[in-house]
Amino acid sequence: MAGTALRRRLIWQVAKVSAVTTETASVRTLTLDVPDWPGHQAGQHLDIRLTDEDGYVAERSYSIASAPGEPVAITVERLEDGEVSPYLTDELRAGDDLELRGPIGGYFTWEPEDGGPLLLLAGGSGVVPLRSILRYRERTGSAVPVRLLYSSRTLDDVIYRAELDQPARGVEVIHALTRHQPPGWAGYARRVDAALLGEVAWPAAEMPLAYVCGPTSFVEAVSQALVQSGYPPERVKTERFGATGGT
Amino acid sequence: MEAVDGNAIGGLLVEVFGTEMTGAATVCGNCGDARPVAGLAVYLRAPGTIVRCRTCDSVLMAFVTVRDRMCVDLLGLAVLG
Repeated sequence: MAGTALRRRLIWQVAKVSAVTTETASVRTLTLDVPDWPGHQAGQHLDIRLTDEDGYVAERSYSIASAPGEPVAITVERLEDGEVSPYLTDELRAGDDLELRGPIGGYFTWEPEDGGPLLLLAGGSGVVPLRSILRYRERTGSAVPVRLLYSSRTLDDVIYRAELDQPARGVEVIHALTRHQPPGWAGYARRVDAALLGEVAWPAAEMPLAYVCGPTSFVEAVSQALVQSGYPPERVKTERFGATGGT
Repeated sequence: MEAVDGNAIGGLLVEVFGTEMTGAATVCGNCGDARPVAGLAVYLRAPGTIVRCRTCDSVLMAFVTVRDRMCVDLLGLAVLG
């Protein structure tokens, strides 16, 4: 809450890109060397600022993909009509500078003492802050049971696929592919709705904690279905990004 | 234009209030809907940044930068904090 957050000036600073990792055809993870990084919480984001030669400034928010204690990383999806993301995914190279400020946000965050069981629901690149939570859970040795339900258009659009194929003990990863499924696909082949959540979600009686991140339509549909199934609204944390947003 | 949510203005709010605000409680001055800042509807390019109630669509907060000076309007809120 506001009163307990640390009071620290949020200043723009220049980070250096230390690595660029290809996640999918349109998604890159940028690992950043940030000289003055105070540490972050799982689920937080940072702001990126690009300034062109004419002084035009564009700012976007990106979720932090790495766990607290790991080097800062963001995962960026290229939006074809984007002002910022094509530069981040296509132009930036290791060794380049990038202006940022953060970490930001105290709502969509998870700490081991928050408990669970955890229900993580991702639509597309909404998986990014949830991956930070998963990695943090593993680093801290938390035994909280986790189900990640991850909706993607196709298998090739799944971000962190290799990592998610080998989940930590106590973590179940369930995929839903909405547009195209490979031959022999045994997972879900439809959009996440109340019926699908009924099969996958922890029963409300277990007092689960849900984190929902994705496009607005996904977050609205999923969070409403969870509340209707008995999840208390305050146990359903949401983070929406618009069609043109970063976070 | 599609709304994002209050998480997207966490940085802006730190600029204005000097502290993390996405978890702060709000109550709409029009309909009384209560939820954290993170749950509000945010329009980033309005021009300026406009924050609306998810229930009744009232404007709760507005942030506009004019000649390097940020103007903040919180009149739509009954409670913030």
